[in-house]
Amino acid sequence: MSNEMIPDYEVAHGKSKAFYERYERKGELHHQTHYCPGCGHGNVSKMLARAIDELGIQDRTILINPVGCSVFGYYYFDVGNIQAAHGRAPAVATAVKRSRPDSVVVAYQGDGDLAAIGSGEILHAANRGENITVIFVNNGIYSMTGGQVAPTTLLGMKSLTTPQGRSVANEGYPLHVSELLATLEAPVLIERVGLGDAKQIVQATRAIKRAVENQVRGLGFSLIEVLSPCPTIWKMSALDAQHWVRDVMEKTFPLGVFCDRTKEAHPRLQPAPAPALAELPRILGVADDDLPEGHPYPGKRAEEVDLHVRVAGFGGQGVLLLGEVLAEAGLDAGLEVSWLPSYGPEMRSGTSNCHVRLSTKTIDSPLVVLPDVLVAMNEPSLRKFDDSVRPGGWVIYNGDTFPEDCKRKDVNVLALPFTDIAHELGDARVGNMVMLGALLEIANALPQTSIDAALGRLVKNPKWVALDERALERGRALLKESLLEV
Amino acid sequence: MSDTEKRDRGLLRVGVDECKGCGLCMDACPPKVIGMSERLNHYGYRTATYAGKGCTGCGICFMVCPEPGALTVYKLAKVPMVAAGTGVTGVS
Repeated sequence: MSNEMIPDYEVAHGKSKAFYERYERKGELHHQTHYCPGCGHGNVSKMLARAIDELGIQDRTILINPVGCSVFGYYYFDVGNIQAAHGRAPAVATAVKRSRPDSVVVAYQGDGDLAAIGSGEILHAANRGENITVIFVNNGIYSMTGGQVAPTTLLGMKSLTTPQGRSVANEGYPLHVSELLATLEAPVLIERVGLGDAKQIVQATRAIKRAVENQVRGLGFSLIEVLSPCPTIWKMSALDAQHWVRDVMEKTFPLGVFCDRTKEAHPRLQPAPAPALAELPRILGVADDDLPEGHPYPGKRAEEVDLHVRVAGFGGQGVLLLGEVLAEAGLDAGLEVSWLPSYGPEMRSGTSNCHVRLSTKTIDSPLVVLPDVLVAMNEPSLRKFDDSVRPGGWVIYNGDTFPEDCKRKDVNVLALPFTDIAHELGDARVGNMVMLGALLEIANALPQTSIDAALGRLVKNPKWVALDERALERGRALLKESLLEV
Repeated sequence: MSDTEKRDRGLLRVGVDECKGCGLCMDACPPKVIGMSERLNHYGYRTATYAGKGCTGCGICFMVCPEPGALTVYKLAKVPMVAAGTGVTGVS
């Protein structure tokens, strides 16, 4: 009903401008909400709309609608609307508010949405003190889905899933969201109001306006919990449900202000706006000008490279760095590369390994299942991956003697005490580079210039670069010697 | 309508298509001037009805009503639009 004019009288209380005149929803229900008779959602919507009207913010309000009975807010509110995934309204509101700091963002959620599946989101949004307003409509039950127990269901209250009534032993105590959030340092206003009678409703109207106003003033996070009747699921008349809020529900969820820092709060500093998308490459150091030039792959394009390498050893042996240098050199030479470190929840110095692929073609998967070359830096790694080496491939093993039971007729082996050799070169830690030297000699796929470039980029200390280069050279020489011996 | 006739401070209009007959306004109305219709509306609800006089324009029925557009509460304009002596009612 529009607010028609009557001579000598003026409209004192009428439909808010923040609501659409007609609701564009199904069938003929264009002038009434989908809420049941006596449902508190209608009251809360009216309070919010009134606050929007009074603060004059309709053109910059964005309502984040939840999952639950109040999902259809977008049919009623003539403001910006987004419908969030179940429980995620505070996270969506955070993103909207941060990307549009001048907007007024209101997350409207029920208790199933906010206190159950979305308990993590609301907690962290409150703890960050996001400058948003959250309206939390608590009717103590999952209404839209037919009345299942919610975290906020009262003790002893019957629901579809607690037919004997909620018990502490089975479902725990009702969750006091406002009290919990009030323990945090960031929120500006946390208040619980009710819809139990006209007096409570007036207070709720005031509280919701304050919560929105706090955001307009830039103060930070405000949440108003509204104890709200659900006559349908509670199986009561509208009037009984209203009074039940006041006479019963309020005993478990006392009304009041749990935290109010409105007076001492200062407008929050707006986080620096996110950089434009086009600037990101430069910030990350990957703009075209920042990238090293690279050294063209020396082979003919017809000459295909498709190298699969698995590197494995103890943490600290340089497993991942070996793989990185190989991949970086491949990148420098203009090949397609992938480098995939693979480690689980492992103790310090536990086993680690990585997959490296270099190819002239697009790489389909970074996983190396059948390595052409296995670099095994210790015996457990050899035992783990030895069987996977492609027939005709190579095993480079860090050890004097190759375990008899690991010997395979169809693979080539270079087994040497690489750690000792590295020690002789100057530092046992460059054993990985000696092994990489041997691997490069086997693969024969990369120009030396690319390897030097990769080392230069990944190893910052020039002393280490020099040592690594000597180690690589030694590795190449060792492989050549071993081939002569055969 | 004569100038001497005492007019109610308030007036209530019920949107018959919007009211769902929950009865909250009836209970909350301080002067008890809201009743419930015998007839069902288009959707099958009985709807709130204003007794026609006695409204104070307090707005409590509007506050407790869950439906955004079901009730509209009017107040007598502070400056009467009836020009004294002309007998012409104000034009809205």
